Amino acid sequence: MSIDILGVSKNFGAFAALSDVDLKVPTGELVALLGPSGSGKTTLLRIIAGLESPDSGSILFNGEEATRRDVRERQVGFVFQHYALFRHMTVFDNIAFGLTVKPKKSRPGKAEIRDKVFTLLKLIQLEQLSDRYPAQLSGGQRQRVALARALAVEPRVLLLDEPFGALDAKVRLELRRWLRRLHDEIHVTSVFVTHDQEEALEVADRIVVMNNGKIEQEGTPSEVYDSPATPFVFDFLGNVNLFRGRVHEGRAQMGGMDLSAPEHAETNNAPAVGYVRSHDIEIEREPADANAVQAVVRYVLSVGPLVRVDLEMASGERIEVDLARDVADRLGLEVGEQVFARPRKVRVFTDDYQI
Amino acid sequence: MVSTGINTSGGKGGSVTEPALVRYLLISVALAFLALFLVLPLSAVFVQALEKGWEAYLAALKEPDTLAAIRLTLLTALICVPLNLFFGIVAAWAIAKFSFPGKSLLITLIDLPFSVSPVVSGLIYVLIFGLQGWMGPWLQAHDIKIIFAVPGIVLATIFVTFPFVARELIPLMESQGRDQEEAALTLGASGLQTFFRVTFPNIKWGVLYGVILCNARAMGEFGAVSVVSGHVRGSTNTIPLQVEILYNEYSYAAAFAVASLLALLALVTLALKTLAEWKIRQGLSAAKER
Repeated sequence: MSIDILGVSKNFGAFAALSDVDLKVPTGELVALLGPSGSGKTTLLRIIAGLESPDSGSILFNGEEATRRDVRERQVGFVFQHYALFRHMTVFDNIAFGLTVKPKKSRPGKAEIRDKVFTLLKLIQLEQLSDRYPAQLSGGQRQRVALARALAVEPRVLLLDEPFGALDAKVRLELRRWLRRLHDEIHVTSVFVTHDQEEALEVADRIVVMNNGKIEQEGTPSEVYDSPATPFVFDFLGNVNLFRGRVHEGRAQMGGMDLSAPEHAETNNAPAVGYVRSHDIEIEREPADANAVQAVVRYVLSVGPLVRVDLEMASGERIEVDLARDVADRLGLEVGEQVFARPRKVRVFTDDYQI
Repeated sequence: MVSTGINTSGGKGGSVTEPALVRYLLISVALAFLALFLVLPLSAVFVQALEKGWEAYLAALKEPDTLAAIRLTLLTALICVPLNLFFGIVAAWAIAKFSFPGKSLLITLIDLPFSVSPVVSGLIYVLIFGLQGWMGPWLQAHDIKIIFAVPGIVLATIFVTFPFVARELIPLMESQGRDQEEAALTLGASGLQTFFRVTFPNIKWGVLYGVILCNARAMGEFGAVSVVSGHVRGSTNTIPLQVEILYNEYSYAAAFAVASLLALLALVTLALKTLAEWKIRQGLSAAKER
């Protein structure tokens, strides 16, 4: 089922949680709503579910008006950050709940419910735990039960609110890969909320980056990562270095570098900021041309497969560079040494953009 | 710990607790106080009640006016407790699960019966329904008796016992949040299904706790009921009023026999209350684990 969100706004008192948001979620896709807390992503998810109603704007399901439709009639599966399992019920009864509350004429028989629940338990690999209570399960197991419970009613949309937020790092990694595989199997239209950019990049078909109740950018993971539309997106997805300077008719002067900035061909001597990811900088001892900036090595730190180098420019500003280990080994950098930093990829934004 | 090497108190409990002498002193003071002001009077009630033997004890309870008082007390509790159970759950639900204008006013109003003297609680009903009250003449014209009759006693008792269930449930329901109810709704459950299958099982021990306290107060209330009852023997006397009358007539054995019923009620209440508290704690710690 496709979802269309048209001009949705929502205020909580004086706080604008969402302002005029438009979004299309195509059938069968797994979409991530990514943003810092307070960006409105959870509110948007709850509005899709029908747990909140928008102040203005509308929601269409498969092109049909659904803004005022009751939660129960929307056929959405909702997974909560803190699982929200019924703690006085066993795993079996939790998963069966959505089936047992159906009106008598559409309610499946006991045997049918049992079959269905065990099929789902198999899917979440917890067949042996059907008569346990939620308190007897680990966090990862609880969230899988919550997912099975939501899937039992065969929802047309699956909505997940920070589904892995309460889990520890290793379980989170396992579970998000599992969710990706599950989605490839069942292909239900899914929207999940996260503040973890790595999680969004790894799991989602499309990423919607939100900030201050607005959508900053939407696109495939590589689109938002490789061509961020705004400084905010650049900053939110990964480590970034800022070079301050000016642009004039397609050329940018920053930190002693002279770079081409064709997207600003019309700009006339305006202040600008160059954004460079920490792994898009090369370090060399001799400058090959004018597009390198002189700096002093301040720290060298090994972080797993990477070596993180802190440089200080003549202006006193710092640059963070991530080098592959073999590259760093070949360079053999010493603290205090003079080097040249050459950005491989710079994205220039004029100063009217603000983070 | 830094302090391990310089522990000067010498006690087994280490430097963070009081010396043993202070601990035992405090505990014995508390126990002595409890014995003097609670256990002793309570046992005195039973000793006095049984002073003239079982025969006299049972005879005092079988006395027709006393039986009538017991019946009236049970009737009052039977009306008040279910009503306040209903009001209490509705009010707690509204306060814990929704935000609406006037919410804090509602919470304050629920507490009102606790902060008002029971005598005043009785007097307000006399003021409204009494002969000289606002509705008095109209009630008299239609031959409806409220004050100095059973309806007045029930009304005053409802007022006095109103906060018990709601007060108990509000913090419990607030601590549990709305996640489970929202989950039930997204799974297609109706409002009633959500209440009976999700909300109620989570609050049932809190409800029991509230009902026990509500019932104890409904049966034991003296002040408010005394004002509206009119003390008509065999018809508008509840157990506490009957005790007072017997006592004023120097029938000590009978007075204490009837009083022992209330004391027994208190003991049963305490036992049930402890059980309910224990169950609620279990529920709360499970809620924290979520």
